[in-house]
Amino acid sequence: MKTDDKLALDLFHIDKEPHIQVDHEKCRACPHKLCTYVCPAQNYTLNGENDIAFSWEGCLECGTCRIVCDREAITWEYPRGGYGISYKY
Amino acid sequence: MSSAEKFDIIVVGAGPAGTTAAYVLARAGVKVLLVERGTYPGAKNVFGGILYTPVLNRLIPDFWEEAPVERHIKGVKIFLISEKNAISIGVESEEHNEPPYNNSFTVHRSQFDSWYAKKAQEAGAMLVTDTVVDDLLWEGNKVVGVKARGGDGEVYADVVIVADGVNSLLAEKAGLRKGFKPRQVSLGIKEVIELPRRKIEERFGLSGNEGVELKYMAGDATKGIWGGGNIYTNLDTVSVVTWTCLDPLAASRYKAPDIMEHFKEHPFVRNYIRGGKTVEYQAHLAPDGGYDFTPKYYTGGLLVAGDAARFLNASIHYEGTNFAMASGEAAGKTVLEARKTADYSEKSLSRYQKLLNESFVMKDLKRYRKMNRFAEAYPEFFDGYFDAITQMAADYFTVKEIPKRTQEWQMIKDFRKNLRKGSKSKFPVLGFIWKSLKGAISFL
Repeated sequence: MKTDDKLALDLFHIDKEPHIQVDHEKCRACPHKLCTYVCPAQNYTLNGENDIAFSWEGCLECGTCRIVCDREAITWEYPRGGYGISYKY
Repeated sequence: MSSAEKFDIIVVGAGPAGTTAAYVLARAGVKVLLVERGTYPGAKNVFGGILYTPVLNRLIPDFWEEAPVERHIKGVKIFLISEKNAISIGVESEEHNEPPYNNSFTVHRSQFDSWYAKKAQEAGAMLVTDTVVDDLLWEGNKVVGVKARGGDGEVYADVVIVADGVNSLLAEKAGLRKGFKPRQVSLGIKEVIELPRRKIEERFGLSGNEGVELKYMAGDATKGIWGGGNIYTNLDTVSVVTWTCLDPLAASRYKAPDIMEHFKEHPFVRNYIRGGKTVEYQAHLAPDGGYDFTPKYYTGGLLVAGDAARFLNASIHYEGTNFAMASGEAAGKTVLEARKTADYSEKSLSRYQKLLNESFVMKDLKRYRKMNRFAEAYPEFFDGYFDAITQMAADYFTVKEIPKRTQEWQMIKDFRKNLRKGSKSKFPVLGFIWKSLKGAISFL
């Protein structure tokens, strides 16, 4: 089962503004791009050779990207109250 | 929340730790504000699957009669698996089918956390949802309130209890700890899979409200990464979980969701969930590494409880909810004592540390720290060694037209060869015995 199909099962209240800011300049210089591996929602993907494409809509708010990023490229906050993931189970 | 509002106590986070603190305080007549960022308590909360309840059952006796619990857990089956072979050991007891049901219940967190927060409300706590606390308010070196996101978000209190979960941005902002290293957390991924109730009972050997946990220790469950897989039985769903320490996960360059797919499709897993329909996908971090990484968890006007203080027994027991509730209660008791002299200084609140040191929370955290070091030092134990051990077990029971003695010698020879694949040691068997002893000692 694809991750996107799994995320489609979840209930999100998507904010217009992202709660995570990615500094794409810093990402370009990052040699490992670990965020593209460890994000359980696969919200970080490689765009071409060196660019990171990021979408916050399917973010599960786990904080994993914030911890593996050693380039200080990610500014991570919780979404506004009432927004983001709402687990049913 | 209007500005310059004052409560006796503010609790941030309506999970098991925060709600327990709010409940204990409200019951004693203290004016408590419980702040939750989700739309309802539990909306943002993820755990593997078992709520451990000795503390809860003392606070609310026979809570299971009214709380939304799924199944009580009568036993556990532990698996060591490689690609082709498996060893499993089951432990269960009829006594666990009687109250208090071994203090182990599967629950859905959105339901349970909401129910529990309602109990705190009934006791007199004020619950505010949809509210993110972004920072603490300080007066000198003492916390005096919180700053919620949005306009007039400043609320004051004598003490703030921070129970905002594993990432605890507040504990970090308070300077109680630095940002995490990947070694200090595990990534948990969970799928809730729907199956007819009868099918769950047949597959797992259950009747009525009985439940079990299947625990797969690292090995091929997690492609050899330090961590594990679990299946927990709920009433008409099962929770399938994989968790991996973030450091080796990142080093492996596997994509995190692929570990879950690999686990679900594993020959020793797939038959339990066959035909099931995934209804929710969840992910969350858990504190890993045990006592070595326990931060400072109090300062003037501030107490930190639950995952926010990294209180989780990261061992074979993996009890988090229990630690959360015990620390929440200890925080509540500390505040009640401090109120007698209206002294909320760091010194006065150090009673929290004393209460935790006397309880199972610190005793267990300290005890299992060596096991975490062992897991870090000998990754081969959870990868190549598992292959060798499970292969040996399978070889022992293989049926051939040769004398068993001959077969056993061959088995030992192959075991030696397989161990060598798992470690570069010159003396693989001696190395294995030595590491096994070290592992056993680290566990004791």
